[in-house]
Amino acid sequence: MNYVALKMLFGDRAKYLMLLCGLTFAVMLIVQQGSIFWGLMMWSQANISNLNVPIWVTDPGIAQVDEVKPIASTGVDRVRSVDGVEWAVPLYKGLLRARLADGDYHQITLTGLESATLIGRPAQILEGRFEDILQPDAVVLDQWAVERMGGPAVVKVGTIFELNDKLARVVAIAKTQKSFTNIPVVYTTYERAMRYVPRERRTLSYVLAKAKDGVRVEDVVQRIRTQTGLGAFTEEEFGWKTIMWVLKNTGIGINFGTTILLGFIVGMAIAGQTFYLFTVENLRQFGALKAMGASTFTLARMILLQAFTVGLTGYGVGIGLATVFGFLTASGGNLPFAETWQLLLMVLVALLAICTFSALISIIKLARLEPAIVFR
Amino acid sequence: MDHHSQSAAVRARGIVKSFGTGDTQVTVLKGIDLDIYLGELLLLVGESGGGKTTLLSAIAGILDIDAGDIDVLGVPLSALPAGRRTQFRGQTMGFIYQQFNLLPALTAAENVAVPLLIQGVGRAEALRRARILLDRVGLGERAEFLPKNLSGGQQQRVAIARALVNEPRLLICDEPTAALDGPNGQKIMELLRDVGRSPDRCVIVVTHDSRIFHFGDRMANLTDGRIVGIERIGQEGTV
Ligand SMILES: Nc1ncnc2c1ncn2[C@@H]1O[C@H](COP(=O)(O)OP(=O)(O)OP(=O)(O)O)[C@@H](O)[C@H]1O
Ligand SMILES: [Mg+2]
Repeated sequence: MNYVALKMLFGDRAKYLMLLCGLTFAVMLIVQQGSIFWGLMMWSQANISNLNVPIWVTDPGIAQVDEVKPIASTGVDRVRSVDGVEWAVPLYKGLLRARLADGDYHQITLTGLESATLIGRPAQILEGRFEDILQPDAVVLDQWAVERMGGPAVVKVGTIFELNDKLARVVAIAKTQKSFTNIPVVYTTYERAMRYVPRERRTLSYVLAKAKDGVRVEDVVQRIRTQTGLGAFTEEEFGWKTIMWVLKNTGIGINFGTTILLGFIVGMAIAGQTFYLFTVENLRQFGALKAMGASTFTLARMILLQAFTVGLTGYGVGIGLATVFGFLTASGGNLPFAETWQLLLMVLVALLAICTFSALISIIKLARLEPAIVFR
Repeated sequence: MDHHSQSAAVRARGIVKSFGTGDTQVTVLKGIDLDIYLGELLLLVGESGGGKTTLLSAIAGILDIDAGDIDVLGVPLSALPAGRRTQFRGQTMGFIYQQFNLLPALTAAENVAVPLLIQGVGRAEALRRARILLDRVGLGERAEFLPKNLSGGQQQRVAIARALVNEPRLLICDEPTAALDGPNGQKIMELLRDVGRSPDRCVIVVTHDSRIFHFGDRMANLTDGRIVGIERIGQEGTV
């Protein structure tokens, strides 16, 4: 009877396409919205993930990564002395104004990395060599800095500009994940960062650290907290903390959350409703099968098969379309779009649940159906 | 043939069936007694709305009755739980409806094969037997056609082939010729009469159409919820 069920499903081409369109649209809507949302969240913690270090030590009252609260300069040594810490290095992070040769001002985030190790350096370099940052007055920009400061015609390797009246020479362009605030990032060494910024702001922003092999990161983080009195987080914890802060404080949580929830409900309602209508329209055919001796169990299996077949097809096509959309609009990293397997799995589970649910309603209707209707 | 010496294929006693409740309640069947014997084609006639379809549904076990007993091939329907009754129906009965109720997405052969598929017969075997049946109703050439590409008469013949494919002992037909023109209706009735003449089967046909009365062996008249008369029909077609 599986064969009959599938033929019934595919036989009415127009109805099948309608059904498929409904489900595809629903899946596409949810995946697309969800991916944009998650993309935004990735942006909001980009200033953490771009540095790619396992432990962040902060002021104990820190709210999120972009709101720097300076810590005492002894912090690095105190963290180094904690049991289980393999290494700990300082990080400077602060807002500064860059003045280009043509007189334009741009706000930038100055990021100072420890010169000996360059820990926190970006993974991908588009132009030049990152190591050249050790040369006098050298800085490295990320590609968003190039874009925001006038494009590759204005800013490129070799360009010289001023940071707080001191010279800075671009030696390389790095590729980073776009951040939420989209303030250009200028990398330099920690020592030189101290020279660029005004005296009163010459302070340590963060300590970056790593746990020794074989020691649990969570344990080390806990120990840093209790022994130094500073805030300490794993990279993931700090990322989530920042995401939560953004959700709570920017309206993105409410606005986007509502949109996604609506998209989800609307999408699922469409999916369930279209499939339910499909069975209702076929009620007479199912009634005839019942009259011919098909058990309710057999009919239930047929309907579930139909539901899952169209559900999975719609899922595939919907995800395909959403991915193409993401690829077309967000491939340059300019729009937030992060399609994660968690989202895809969630949508799959929800879709199968809704398909099962509407199939069950149809099945209940069929179980109650008097096959006598086919005589009328 | 002396029917009364045989046991009845269908034995209905005191069937009562009402629809609705309270003021709007109508009692459609008010105590029906009816026997149908193997080897006969019984015509069931009566005014429109008189309850003929309701009686067929009761005999088929697809409609619960309020009172009375129905035995089909010696099995009391009321004694069977719902699931068993559905199975029993699939094994022993065939149906032909006024509306053909073919599945539009299936070919003629596949439609005919459905009752076998329901019984768990493999697809290849079911289709092979379906084609034999289609040959018998003169549609061998049209086996791969979809219902929408068949004429009304051809569709009804597919429905008959489907009703016969699992060799039901009891064939239940509700106005099988109503949607057909005269000549097509005659052909269908010839097929049904042949089924009715095989010794271990019987056919019950509800009809309004006096042009096909002569195909029946007996005719029962259902009026005002009761069988008011059963007559034997002569070979020459007079009542
Ligand atoms: N499910 C139902 N609910 C309520 N009333 C019903 C139901 N089925 C049948 N009836 C009523 O029972 C009566 C008999 O209906 P039935 O279909 O058996 O008549 P019929 O003799 O087959 O008529 P026709 O010759 O027009 O087909 C009608 O008055 C009809 O309205
Ligand atoms: Mg009727």
